[in-house]
Amino acid sequence: MKQFREVFMKIVFMISACASILAILLICVFLFSNGIPAIAEIGAGDFLLGTTWKPLNDIFGIFPMIIGSLYVTAGAIIVGVPIGLLCAVFMARFCPPKIYSIMKPAVDLMAGIPSIVYGFFGILVIVPLVQDLFGGSGKGLLTASVLLGIMILPTIVGVCETSLRSVPEQYYEGSLALGATHERSVFCVVLPAAKSGVLAGIILGVGRAIGETMAVIMIAGNQAVIPTGLTDGLRTMTANIVLEMGYAEGLHREALIATGVVLFVFVLIINLSFSALKGKK
Amino acid sequence: MDNKEKKKSSAANAGRNTESAEPMSYMNQMAEENGGGACAAAAINVLTGKDKMRSYRKHPGSFILLLLVILAAVITVAVLVFLIGYILINGIPHLSLSMFEWEYTTENVSMMPAIINTITMVAVSLVIAVPLGLFSAIYLVEYAGRGNKLVKVIRVTAETLAGIPSIVFGLFGSLMFGVSLHFGYSMLSGALTLAIMVLPTILRTSEEALKSVSDSYREGSFGLGAGRLRTVFRIVLPSAIPGILAGIILAIGRICGETAALIYTSGTVAGIPDSLLDSGRTLAIHMYALYSEGLYMEEANATAVVLLVMVILINALSAFVARRFGNKTED
Repeated sequence: MKQFREVFMKIVFMISACASILAILLICVFLFSNGIPAIAEIGAGDFLLGTTWKPLNDIFGIFPMIIGSLYVTAGAIIVGVPIGLLCAVFMARFCPPKIYSIMKPAVDLMAGIPSIVYGFFGILVIVPLVQDLFGGSGKGLLTASVLLGIMILPTIVGVCETSLRSVPEQYYEGSLALGATHERSVFCVVLPAAKSGVLAGIILGVGRAIGETMAVIMIAGNQAVIPTGLTDGLRTMTANIVLEMGYAEGLHREALIATGVVLFVFVLIINLSFSALKGKK
Repeated sequence: MDNKEKKKSSAANAGRNTESAEPMSYMNQMAEENGGGACAAAAINVLTGKDKMRSYRKHPGSFILLLLVILAAVITVAVLVFLIGYILINGIPHLSLSMFEWEYTTENVSMMPAIINTITMVAVSLVIAVPLGLFSAIYLVEYAGRGNKLVKVIRVTAETLAGIPSIVFGLFGSLMFGVSLHFGYSMLSGALTLAIMVLPTILRTSEEALKSVSDSYREGSFGLGAGRLRTVFRIVLPSAIPGILAGIILAIGRICGETAALIYTSGTVAGIPDSLLDSGRTLAIHMYALYSEGLYMEEANATAVVLLVMVILINALSAFVARRFGNKTED
């Protein structure tokens, strides 16, 4: 009896453990089986590279959205990585314990704030600011980049800090002993040693930025065209799905699901390179 | 676990303090010693403010780096403080008792139904996700042997799952639970979708918590003749509870703030649903709906306050649980 219970529970644990595998498989099956036929019907080239998105006329080209997502992500990286990395350096190497006990919860809290609240903050603060400085509607690439840059900060700070801390203390001490200043030791010895972890953090930030939805919808303007300037409005793949899924039917709906598939593939590639980097370390 | 990291960090910081004085602390020192005879009390290997200033004069590059690093930290905290302050200051005046009435009407724009829906959503999602996540973690830590292929696969899938954007979960949820399983727009579809979404969070934190239980506990239990199952439930789990709890609370925070995954699964009906198979909107969706309707910006702002306060409390609770009970088990 006892033996039976042990074996039975072991099997229960094992089945639960397979839940996440099952979830991934289901997600793949449902997305691909609903999205791929639409891509085939529209034509992969027309769908991925078409520059016109006019669902009413049955023209489905998501190239502007892909570009939009990439631009916004790049913008977020430009804004978020320098601040995030330096902040991580501060927390790992410069911060007195007292300040650390404030910084750490603050960064954790930043990660916990819902994206809709960030979006709301963006619309109340950043949009009017950009409007005043550059004119136009204030909604667009620049606004989205700044807000997303803020939103990916906690991710980058967290991963970078962990990897900076995992560098052996001897590296730092050795550098000090050779006469380098504290800053020089940190930036020229410790930081390069933590390179792969820092890169992993940036990649994770890219994943966050490209998948961000609600905040982007509120501040990016959502025009389905390729932006030509910093203040131009744009639409990301995520925004495309949320904006039109509510009323879409038939091929339009499937095209939106296919947009989700493209996004999913992007994220998978990003995740795999993240795992690969982590594995290498 | 969080707590442990913190300890390590403070130890590291303390270690550095004795060797090369912290920039922040020697700034303080500098202020104190400004008029005095400087490094009179300098022990070996302790840099005083004056030494440091001299060194910075010699290496202006280092000084600039120091400034940049401090600037980045200040920006990060300032943005957070500004965001919270701005939302609170602009939102609190719009909070009124009528926003907490039981029934939603277009006049009172009550968020009470949304709050109740949020609590329901959290409860149902956790009922599904916690056992799955916890049992997976138990399997990974207690049962699977080293070099087990399955473990590797599970780790990779959990990591992948954690990186999938919430809108993709939303799409999947509406396709699988809404369309294929005929749940339609319902709380159940939403809860199932969210359960999958928070699964990796719970799995990872539980795994860390179980791993941090010292092996001697297990050995002691085995030595007294307990089976593996009894060891897990009587010995390992009780000492890992704080870490697991902290993870669950984080998951609650994520559920409360989720929007994109819920719009097309649980829908946007503004009342309290009669059953789990009816549509109902959580607080975050409520806020988005108010915002996108364009008529209720003030109410949306007030909702943001409630949402923000909720998230801050949840975060504080998680940190508190991890610290408070974490210390107890270590003793």
